[in-house]
Amino acid sequence: MISKDDIYNWLSTVTDPEVPVLTILDLGIVRDVAVEGNEVTVTITSTYSGCPAMDVIAMNIRMALLSHGMKKVNIENQLSPAWTTDWMTDEGKRKLKEYGIAPPIRKSLSSLDLFEEDVVACPRCGSEDTTLTSQFGPTSCKSLYKCNSCHEPFEHFKCH
Amino acid sequence: MQSQLTNQSINQLLYTLQIADNALINGHRLSEWCGHGPILEQDIAISNIALDHLGQARSLYQYAAEQFNSFSTEEKLKMFTSPALQQKIEHGEMLDEDDLAYLRDGWDFRNVLLVEQQNGDWAYTVARSFFFDTFNFFFLTALQNSKDETLAAIAEKSLKEVAYHLRWSTEWIIRLGDGTEESHQRMQEAVNDRWMYTGELTQASDADKVLEQSMGVDLSIIAGQWKDKIAAVLNEATVKMPSGTWMQQGGKQGIHTEHLGYVLAEMQFMQRAYPNMEW
Repeated sequence: MISKDDIYNWLSTVTDPEVPVLTILDLGIVRDVAVEGNEVTVTITSTYSGCPAMDVIAMNIRMALLSHGMKKVNIENQLSPAWTTDWMTDEGKRKLKEYGIAPPIRKSLSSLDLFEEDVVACPRCGSEDTTLTSQFGPTSCKSLYKCNSCHEPFEHFKCH
Repeated sequence: MQSQLTNQSINQLLYTLQIADNALINGHRLSEWCGHGPILEQDIAISNIALDHLGQARSLYQYAAEQFNSFSTEEKLKMFTSPALQQKIEHGEMLDEDDLAYLRDGWDFRNVLLVEQQNGDWAYTVARSFFFDTFNFFFLTALQNSKDETLAAIAEKSLKEVAYHLRWSTEWIIRLGDGTEESHQRMQEAVNDRWMYTGELTQASDADKVLEQSMGVDLSIIAGQWKDKIAAVLNEATVKMPSGTWMQQGGKQGIHTEHLGYVLAEMQFMQRAYPNMEW
């Protein structure tokens, strides 16, 4: 008899293809799991509407569960409530920092004034003397910063 | 009673398409900057924004297709007049998001004229984005309360992204408007030239009017919010707010400027030349 916990266990091996240190559970995009015999329905929510990683993630979820003997895997996409970085686990934030990406620091509901910037600590040297280069980075979920102390550029996982 | 229901569902589909087409065409226009941005960071920024729009368009077209597929055959045949799409419908095939994006001709598109206008220089692009993002922000904020749960959910998700877009275009208006003499002059010109396309954003189409009371948004309220925000930002940017009241219109009825044809020619070429191809 396969339990929900088994499914979550197997899902913890599926990672974000863009940020491979994060599992989809760390990201908080798995919203629900329902098992019935050999059939499982996984409800996920996309991070950003246009995130190209979602199709790959859905395929990897399917592969992971089929490889553990599930016969039918349904993947449902839930739009509301909209994903927020508040759902990212502390473990996920720690792994991001180790990987060299500054994790989200602020609650997503608070917003910034025009031209205002978050104080984001450099994941390399820890300095808070950093400058936002662009709110938009190589993926939808990240912005670009540079550290004024160690002079390294780095990415920040935006508070969303 | 039956005909009223039909009227409601047809307008609901048209309403969904209005929002979807704005997202797709605006996204496509912005994507034309990819590889041509003035600096690398802005090239990345504008491509990201384009991608958000395409993602939003996908959700909306999926929902539009779902609505369309539930129509009776008779209703389906009356909905569009684009030959390539009509052929599919006549064969009794179900439509999906790609059919709606790639097989409709210009007259079946319901986007506002503003978003199909050419990129021009950076000032023209940010003027267009600023006008549209401001509308989109207030519109989606209100749409979150729609009784149509799917539209409300798409609005909730999109709004978080649109908040970034609005911040980005607003900062550029101020940076260029309150910048050098030349950047100020060119920003002012772009704002003046694109102004006549802004009235249509909050001008109610038949679909807007029918849905306003039930699941849509009251555009007269959005018009006030839009104007206040535009006035405040232009003031900060030392750009004079245009006073013209004569506005271009037609996009929401499928009557477009010549520019949409060029967008569609490029965007749809592959599906038209090699139907059903995937890669």
